[in-house]
Amino acid sequence: MNDVEDILGQAAAWRRAGRGVAVATVVSTWGSSPRPVGSQLAVDDQGNFVGSVSGGCIEGAVIKEALDAIATGKPRLLDFGVTNQQAWEVGLACGGKVQVYVERLE
Amino acid sequence: MKREILDELLAARAAARSVALATNLGTGQQLLIYPDGTKGDLNLDADVITAAREALKADRSTTLKTPDGDVFIQVHNPPPRLFIVGAVHIAQALARMGQLAGYGVTIIDPRRSFAGGGRFEGYDVTGEWPDEALERLKPDIRSAVVTLTHDPKLDDPALSTALRSPAFYIGALGSKKTHAARLERLRRAGFGDDALARIHGPVGLDIGAISPAEIAISIMAQITQKRRQGANA
Repeated sequence: MNDVEDILGQAAAWRRAGRGVAVATVVSTWGSSPRPVGSQLAVDDQGNFVGSVSGGCIEGAVIKEALDAIATGKPRLLDFGVTNQQAWEVGLACGGKVQVYVERLE
Repeated sequence: MKREILDELLAARAAARSVALATNLGTGQQLLIYPDGTKGDLNLDADVITAAREALKADRSTTLKTPDGDVFIQVHNPPPRLFIVGAVHIAQALARMGQLAGYGVTIIDPRRSFAGGGRFEGYDVTGEWPDEALERLKPDIRSAVVTLTHDPKLDDPALSTALRSPAFYIGALGSKKTHAARLERLRRAGFGDDALARIHGPVGLDIGAISPAEIAISIMAQITQKRRQGANA
């Protein structure tokens, strides 16, 4: 069994079942980041997801963007940096930075 | 991502073929790059395709700068492999842990009563002699070989074959005394110090493991250390 295969396999299964699906991929990282380049997360149009692109810090925001990508078909590149606790913005508590590419499955 | 690309990618992975998926992060256009061909609607210069194939060989996903924008190269290589010689109690735990860690696991044991009986249901099990099995399966630089039988008749041929392969990890279960005797036999068989130093024995990190599951943890930890820290480990 393999991580990536599972995630893309699930994405394909959802798509075959007629659901809207988007895939998010970590394309670059700086500093300490929890998941390596190439890590993936698949999201369906109901917000169900498999896989991960962080330790859980940015998944919520990525899923929101993924749902938008499913609706509009527009791929996007997202940047996440260090959390600013006061501002309550989405970010990585570990102090790393990651870039995540989100695309819709056609 | 187009369905054809995803379906082809999944088929390549199922067939244990190496493939890189190139994505233009601006346009979303994609190209599948095999060691010997390409497929998709993203046009890339020959030097970018060469760089993607190098990333595939190095097993490292990366972003390449091109005149048409950044292109992300996602490497999809077949899973690393773990060969376990000896369908013993520790092997039951080690096979599960290896699978969890993403390895393709094969259990090798010619003794029918060990490998059978449903104890390894769902795993790739072969009843060949260990040297025959390993010669057929050809451990590569992304393979680990662990011998667990305690029986020189089975362990020694496995270790001899593993030592002639580029496997990144070779481990042998047995006490310090057993291991010293084993090294002596292999030395008489013609292996030098450099070759013998590749064998981790007694196998596993020294964490005081006692139960089969704990011993499997110590072995899996050592395999991980060797894989991720390599020569520094």
